[in-house]
Amino acid sequence: MDAILLQILNGLDKGSAYALIALGLTLIFGTLGVVNFAHGALFMIGAFCAVTLQKVFNLSFQTIDETQTDFLGNPLKVETPYVEAWFGPELGATIIDWSVPLAILFAIPIMLLVGYVMERGLIKHFYKRPHADQILVTFGLAIVLQEIVKYFFGANPIQTPPPDVLSGSVDLGTMIGFDPNAIIYPIWRLVYFGFALAIIGAVFSFLQFTTFGMVVRAGMADRETVGLLGINIDRRFTIMFGIAAAVAGLAGVMYGPLNPPNYHMGMDFLVLSFVVVVVGGMGSLPGAVLAGFLLGILESFASTTWATTTIPGINQIIIYLVAIIVLLTRPRGLMGRKGVMED
Amino acid sequence: MTNKTVTRRGVLKSGAVAGAGVALPTIFTASSAAAYTNEPTGSSVVLGFNVPQTGPYAEEGNDELLAQQLAVEHLNGEGDGGCLNTFSSKALQGNGILGKKVEFVTGDTQTKSDAARASAKSMIEKDGAIMINGGSSSGVAVAVQGLCQEAGVIFMAGLTHANDTTGKDKKANGFRHFFNAYMSGAALAPVLAAEMGKERRAYHLTADYNWGWTQEESIVASTEALGWETVNTVKTPLASTDFSSYIAPVLNSGADVLVLNHYGGNMVNSLTNAIQFGLLDKVANGKDFKIVVPLYSELMAAGAGENIKGVLGSMNWNWQLQDEGTKAFVKSFGEKYGKPPSNSAQTCYAQTLLYADACERAGTFNPCGVVEALEDFEFDGLGNGPTWYRGADHQCFKDVLVVRGNENPTNAYDTLEIVEITPRAQVEYDPEHPMFAGGDLGQCNPGA
Repeated sequence: MDAILLQILNGLDKGSAYALIALGLTLIFGTLGVVNFAHGALFMIGAFCAVTLQKVFNLSFQTIDETQTDFLGNPLKVETPYVEAWFGPELGATIIDWSVPLAILFAIPIMLLVGYVMERGLIKHFYKRPHADQILVTFGLAIVLQEIVKYFFGANPIQTPPPDVLSGSVDLGTMIGFDPNAIIYPIWRLVYFGFALAIIGAVFSFLQFTTFGMVVRAGMADRETVGLLGINIDRRFTIMFGIAAAVAGLAGVMYGPLNPPNYHMGMDFLVLSFVVVVVGGMGSLPGAVLAGFLLGILESFASTTWATTTIPGINQIIIYLVAIIVLLTRPRGLMGRKGVMED
Repeated sequence: MTNKTVTRRGVLKSGAVAGAGVALPTIFTASSAAAYTNEPTGSSVVLGFNVPQTGPYAEEGNDELLAQQLAVEHLNGEGDGGCLNTFSSKALQGNGILGKKVEFVTGDTQTKSDAARASAKSMIEKDGAIMINGGSSSGVAVAVQGLCQEAGVIFMAGLTHANDTTGKDKKANGFRHFFNAYMSGAALAPVLAAEMGKERRAYHLTADYNWGWTQEESIVASTEALGWETVNTVKTPLASTDFSSYIAPVLNSGADVLVLNHYGGNMVNSLTNAIQFGLLDKVANGKDFKIVVPLYSELMAAGAGENIKGVLGSMNWNWQLQDEGTKAFVKSFGEKYGKPPSNSAQTCYAQTLLYADACERAGTFNPCGVVEALEDFEFDGLGNGPTWYRGADHQCFKDVLVVRGNENPTNAYDTLEIVEITPRAQVEYDPEHPMFAGGDLGQCNPGA
């Protein structure tokens, strides 16, 4: 039982990342009708916003310590971060320690801007082109973005640890009546799950309870009629592209402490996220969230020793297997709407 | 008595036949004017450095390339000479190789076998490379080694740790300086016994490809010989990015040691996930839980950050060694590039010098002469202590390092500390050892 609960937690955690990326993808598809293969790159850029802020906080000045030597036997250059010099060692160290959560504030305007520039500068020119053209151009853009990141940050993964107080693990088992050590789970993974729920809730609330959201939903249902009413729907859709980019970026910021960011992390998630969107139903926001968590949990269970010994290789094909079954039984996906990508 | 009449027509006929006879070998075998592939005819010789310049191992490849460029400088008599001053063989004089200036071309393996073969082929066929050196993957090494065997050039492997490179996939034209998975197991086992005891239960997570399998086999064999029990061996897809689903079952498996047969990004992520799940804070079977990473590299250790603290592993070489060869190489590399070299850089540097030295001692670039010079060659002064290039399988035998993640690093480079220098005798094995069986070196191929 404890093992099952652990895998459900793992699945929810993986599903959080899938759902957040897929949410942005399906939002862009639902509003602009664009298949955005650069969406994984936005997730990666978000993670590197955290890396950048961490590097900024760690910018240091050098002093020479004559009592120690470096690897060549020269006097050791000791580096002291400016924030520690300016705010004192304790507050400076705390600021550095909290660089990932603080990066959320840094990433939001950056990602909105990146999304806006990407949509206005490139993607808007492909609205009336076939989906194949959109896929090619956005995939090319993703490669360009990841190579730019590699140029500045290198190919190695870069650690972005969580704040000390949120690192380590918690014994969840004892809280729900299990033996000690039965269900130990990393604190940051619980934080990530909670963060994902908050972002998903915020996006849904924004679309459901604001006038802006109402217009966007109306535009998704019937773009022409909304336009005939004198509403500049294109501008709102451009803003939605920026919001989708911010959602992917924030998912990346908070993902860094789980697995160290590297330049190709976006590509690792891209294909899976598309499968999530297709399984959930193209253009369906609840479908993307539902499919994200569902596939995350199934993937976790497929990785257990029992599953891999019963059906070798199941951990590598489970998501695609489920996608095939869903598409055979429900061709529009779990919550797909009639008419989307059917013309 | 015969009466022979010499006529003008007869002389012309005879001359033509004789001339054609003399010219025949070169008329019909014009290309065989060269005795072997890419025989240098001018004043220079071209070496091919095939390393990952893009992809996840690009930084490791870049470090290899820096070391190879440094080796070329030293061979041409530039810089401080590096290990030419400490190498036990004194055949190299700093005037190139056999008097020819050393030039080089580079290729990008992308850490993909097909791309690596294509770049090696291009360097051999278009650039006239006479030797291929470098790489950061066993799959790539085996693929390029096979190509070099067919093409008739020497392959001096870079970072390749799978037993198969000098086991079932060994080739006469290929040579490996780097250590292998068997040696990791043989070096680690006594240290594991001393630090963790002989009653341990190990759980293996293994990258699901050739290198992972051979490392798992080697570590399982050496730890079970100690008396350890193997609780489970789980294969993880190479493309995995999150290992939480694989780590979670370890918690309640009854294991008290986790062995991560992972390298590169897999290792960084699986180790980070294991630390997140609090494995190192856990007590299992009345013992402190431990993690072992059998193959370490400095660049991966840097990627893993603080998570490697206290975690044991093995290495081919480390810049903190204090022998004269290491000091000379670290000084040259450090002064030129501002950082200490990685162990993959050291192996590529040593391989370049070893190839050049073999050519000098053989007096030829002919691959068969080079093979003969390298086989059973004993040397010292390149940073690994007394070393033997065994003729039977073209594997180098030298001391192996057991290292641990440094608890208190003083700078960005001393993330690992040397725990033990395992003597060469302890990691030697029979060429027919079951883990290396099934291959055949075959005959050297000079190509052309």
